[in-house]
Amino acid sequence: MITPAMVLSAILFVVGTFGVLVRRNAIIMFLCIELQLNAVNLAFVALSRIWGIDGQVFVFFVMTVAAAEAAVGLAIIISIFRHYETVNVDNFNLLKW
Amino acid sequence: MVAILFYVFAAVAIGSALGVVLGRTPVGSLLFMVATLASLAGVYVLLEAHFIAAVQIIVYAGAIMVIFLFVIMLLNLGHEYRRDLQGGAAAVLSFIVVGALAGLLARRFQGEGALDVVGGPGGQAIDAALIEHGAVGAIAQPLFTTYVVPFEITGILLLVAIVGALVLAKRNVS
Repeated sequence: MITPAMVLSAILFVVGTFGVLVRRNAIIMFLCIELQLNAVNLAFVALSRIWGIDGQVFVFFVMTVAAAEAAVGLAIIISIFRHYETVNVDNFNLLKW
Repeated sequence: MVAILFYVFAAVAIGSALGVVLGRTPVGSLLFMVATLASLAGVYVLLEAHFIAAVQIIVYAGAIMVIFLFVIMLLNLGHEYRRDLQGGAAAVLSFIVVGALAGLLARRFQGEGALDVVGGPGGQAIDAALIEHGAVGAIAQPLFTTYVVPFEITGILLLVAIVGALVLAKRNVS
């Protein structure tokens, strides 16, 4: 039960990474980052069956940080959208060399 | 029974995760994401993490995904799927990176030194705590004793995030 859960976690993490790399819509990239966070949460919960309930406490913290990150990240996306009228990350090149 | 349920939830989770990545509209991707989160909550129940499963549904699928939906609808996004995909060298590079990552993770699960665990002392400890304190109390016990300082810092983090989001999203900050 633990090993299949870890495999599922690895698959979800790879899918999330693929999404971050291949999409250019900032909001979908953000969703894929949430997918990666969830993959890590699943690994925490699965391993808490071996090392005790601390893993689940950490999942609780990860969820809180994810909520804070979503609020700030979406606010940044809104303010960028006001400026450029798009959320396509190709247009955000101010910090590119 | 548990194994069958696990594989059903896992299949739904992987399928809808692919739906998130390949979805043509942001709202479609978001609904697939909700399906992923719900099936992950099912997996958490099978792993005896009942409180985490409930929080996953209420906070993640309920609150965070609704914020995403608000923003997608506020900005009225997503009618150009073709231009949304990375092309050329970036696409090739992302396939290489993802292939390397998948290969590294796959090596971890088979061959020599493969991760093969069936259980440990933590499982029994969690089951005992669940019987003694209940699903919420089992988490609350370490959260308010061992991890009380990180817990308070998390509260400050949420406050900072609220103020930061308000300042960023406000029109004409002067």
